[in-house]
Amino acid sequence: MAHLIDDPILTVEHLNMRFGGLLAVDDLSFSAGRRDITALIGPNGAGKTTVFNCITGFYKPTEGRITAHHEGGEKYLLERMDDFKIPKVAKVARTFQNIRLFGGMTVLENLMVGQHNTLMIASNFTFGGIFGLSGYKRAEKEALELAEYWMEQTGLTYRADDAASDLPYGEQRKLEIARAMCTKPKLLCLDEPAAGLNPRESEELNKLLLFIRKERDTGILLIEHDMNVVMGISDHIIVLDYGKKIADGTPEEIRNDPSVIAAYLGVADEEVEEVEHEIEEGASS
Amino acid sequence: MTEMTNSSARPGRHLDVPRVAKDLVVTALIATAIFGSTIAFRTVSAAGGLGLTTRFDVAFYVIAAVVVGRLLLWIFFWSKPAGEPAVEIPAGIKSGFAHVAARLGKIFGPAMLIIALVFPFLPFTDRYLLDLSILILTYVMLGWGLNIVVGLAGLLDLGYVAFYAIGAYSYALLAQYFGFSFWMCLPLAGILAAFWGIILGFPVLRLRGDYLAIVTLAFGEIIRVVLLNWYKFTGGPDGLSGIPRPSFFGIPFNRGEDGFAEIFGLEYSSIHRIVFMYFLILALALITNFVTNRLRRLPIGRAWEALREDEIACRSLGLNTTSVKLTAFATGGMFAGFAGSFFATRQGFISPESFTFIESALILAIVVLGGMGSQVGVVIASIVMIGGFEVFREAEQYRMLIFGLAMVVIMIWRPRGLISTRIPSIFLKEKKAVSADMVSQGEGH
Amino acid sequence: MEYFLQQLINGITLGSIYGLIAIGYTMVYGIIGMINFAHGDIFMVSSFIALIVITALGLTVSTGLGLTILALILVLVTAMVIASVFGWTTERMAYRPLRGSFRLAPLITAIGISIVLQNYIQITQGARVKPLQPLIEGGYTLMTRVDANGEFAVRLSNMQILIIAITVILMIVFSLMIAKTSLGRAQRACEQDRKMASLLGINVDRTISMTFVMGAALAAVAGLMFLLYYGVIDFFIGFVAGVKAFTAAVLGGIGSLPGAMLGGLVIGLIETFWSAYFSIEYKDVAAFSMLAIVLIFLPQGLLGKPEVEKV
Repeated sequence: MAHLIDDPILTVEHLNMRFGGLLAVDDLSFSAGRRDITALIGPNGAGKTTVFNCITGFYKPTEGRITAHHEGGEKYLLERMDDFKIPKVAKVARTFQNIRLFGGMTVLENLMVGQHNTLMIASNFTFGGIFGLSGYKRAEKEALELAEYWMEQTGLTYRADDAASDLPYGEQRKLEIARAMCTKPKLLCLDEPAAGLNPRESEELNKLLLFIRKERDTGILLIEHDMNVVMGISDHIIVLDYGKKIADGTPEEIRNDPSVIAAYLGVADEEVEEVEHEIEEGASS
Repeated sequence: MTEMTNSSARPGRHLDVPRVAKDLVVTALIATAIFGSTIAFRTVSAAGGLGLTTRFDVAFYVIAAVVVGRLLLWIFFWSKPAGEPAVEIPAGIKSGFAHVAARLGKIFGPAMLIIALVFPFLPFTDRYLLDLSILILTYVMLGWGLNIVVGLAGLLDLGYVAFYAIGAYSYALLAQYFGFSFWMCLPLAGILAAFWGIILGFPVLRLRGDYLAIVTLAFGEIIRVVLLNWYKFTGGPDGLSGIPRPSFFGIPFNRGEDGFAEIFGLEYSSIHRIVFMYFLILALALITNFVTNRLRRLPIGRAWEALREDEIACRSLGLNTTSVKLTAFATGGMFAGFAGSFFATRQGFISPESFTFIESALILAIVVLGGMGSQVGVVIASIVMIGGFEVFREAEQYRMLIFGLAMVVIMIWRPRGLISTRIPSIFLKEKKAVSADMVSQGEGH
Repeated sequence: MEYFLQQLINGITLGSIYGLIAIGYTMVYGIIGMINFAHGDIFMVSSFIALIVITALGLTVSTGLGLTILALILVLVTAMVIASVFGWTTERMAYRPLRGSFRLAPLITAIGISIVLQNYIQITQGARVKPLQPLIEGGYTLMTRVDANGEFAVRLSNMQILIIAITVILMIVFSLMIAKTSLGRAQRACEQDRKMASLLGINVDRTISMTFVMGAALAAVAGLMFLLYYGVIDFFIGFVAGVKAFTAAVLGGIGSLPGAMLGGLVIGLIETFWSAYFSIEYKDVAAFSMLAIVLIFLPQGLLGKPEVEKV
């Protein structure tokens, strides 16, 4: 059932992550296609966020190799890089399960911080910027344009000058994605982007993700519980349970995989209906 | 008139007498334990050991004052139902006040600048006031410097005075050993202080907020102990004296033919140098302010503020947080270095006495009470604190006590400082101040 | 060798005092995550109170041993009670109103309280150093060596025995208290999750207050022992002792009681050996540098749990 990918943006090989006696990720291997939306799913505690933290450098894996492949053929071994170099050099950006915005800064400022490295070089590491050299001004204008572009795509333009923590939950999620996109990533890792969104907002999120894949040439790796999002937009799904990969394939394949149904839902669909029925009866009597 | 009906509709003041009585008894007991022990008895040296003197009267008055004070608080502040402000201000006045404050805020900076520029020439300005304002300006500059580290980057530094000391000793030693002039030493002192900031910062900046605070405090103490004990080089507790005074860009302030007064056709007066010192520190402070404001609008400044808000998010966006912290530390240290060499040249004498922990605490208090990150807040807090210090000059013994109490009281009254709103560094359509509740104060994570 | 042994004894004595102060830091940090900057000054205040009571009782070295011990128990209890009141009041007035406020706020008020306490004692008790004649004399000579330089005796004084014994007893009592009593359980619960603890009916405010009281009481023990051992105190002893005790708490692993004790011993030994073999002027530098080195290379301390960064 191994899903072969010709042109991966990311390959994970034999990844192991151990916390004390707990093996949170157990010999996990998978790859994500360059322009694919790859979903990582599994029950709570399956080790999904740990995998993310290994990919984005917040944890150093106990064993294994994580490689980012750029189009020119360059390879980056992510498990050996400092965390901040992963978005900077290997171009892998991420968002967080419990949104991490710069709350006291405005939406626009958040997006400008996302372009820090570009602007830093343009300002000659501050020395050019402090004397107002024109090179920096041009770069700042471009950065502003990119920020405006992403505000438009996420519908946040009208809130550009408001503090990030002033935004409602759904808009904060979008802002976090927009900010990650400002780093111009090749791979965008989203940790439960639809959590806490209402159906309309999650529909908008689907559109945004499809747009990012299509227009911006960016691969997406996401952890998600919302099956509407997962089944609706993913090209490729990997299922984890207790740190192990139990399935890997297209949404169609995953939907029909009995081991996924058993692990993920605990019980089969028919049984769910049965249980629901019993509950309703119990409530009415 | 609507206000009137509103307030009468609310439940009135109500004093729960048994509860208050119980509270007052407890207060009296606590006050007796605290003051009855330490005020009523005092150990004094006597023949063959220690003796004890008693001051029951003083202790009694203090305890009584505490109890009466608490009773007054009960009557006037805590008799209101929960959830209502202790003192009512009608809504109309409140919004009017906010409006006026907002307008004042806009003109406050420029107005202060104009006052500062003409201050030495005002008729009532005498030598005492000039000296005091030089002192205040020194603290404004130090406060602005520390504001970069604490207010913008959210790194708690309790050893800031170390950089001030490094600046002062750099100038004094360079002048003593190499005969360098003030104008040569000033940049060198700043560079040396920044350099030390990097050396110290490199290993310790990974630490979490309050650990960082303690390590910086330890660093400040290490510098002071070294200055105190390295007798051959720093003069130890005797300090360094005879530090050269600055010249007016090469022209000395003396009576001679090539002196400042002679060349500019003025009558010689010792105040010339003081006025020059005043403008020197004013210029240095304004440079600090200008550079800080400029940096805030550059990527590095935004990175500082982002770091204060969320370090993990910074790393996920490719910011090298170590170098972001180091630049904040070094920049803050550099300004303290400048201020230090100014201090050395103004005093003509320095010793480790001037660079104790209390000094760091004072500067930090100015930054925090002013409102972290607020440049205007630092000015107000400096005037209040240093000016207040002068007011209590008579009560020599009590002024540190009052200073400590004021720190506690103001902090409880306004934990976010006097001016706590944040002005965005860039805007698309309109510049809206960000309210203090949104702004994080740096957990140092 | 004999010299080394003597320094070891001195170091353990000093370390016991630091350890007792360190427990106050570690408990408060464990429960509300704040450095109680004024803790060192509570230690200083309590040593002054002990001095006042000793003077009031007219204790001298000629008082009989039994009576001295009885009187010292009275001194200790008084100092512990009054120090507890100081600790409780500080928490109540300067820290509790700022609970839930941003993290720097209570640290600033703690610095303010530290300044207040130092200057209050300076005003009420005078700025000069207070000497106390030794109350407990005598001891045991463990070893003597005679060589060309004369005689060198390794001595363990009664005072040192008393300090080490009291520390050991208090440590045992304390560990039992934390492990067995409901207050100890409440403290550990608040350490884990304050909100959850309050939902389960634990009076969090009271638990925190009690933590401050316990820390202050132990600081008072340390204050009395410091006074008896060194025989001189002034209003400034709290600052340096406080920083060193905090170092000890961090070194042992903040939040861990045995860690605080162990850290105290290590700091006491380092300081003593540094003074003995290198230079006495730089002994504080040695202790402070130790703090920096520990935090950099072993931020979780000797007995603390490593922190996993939550992303």
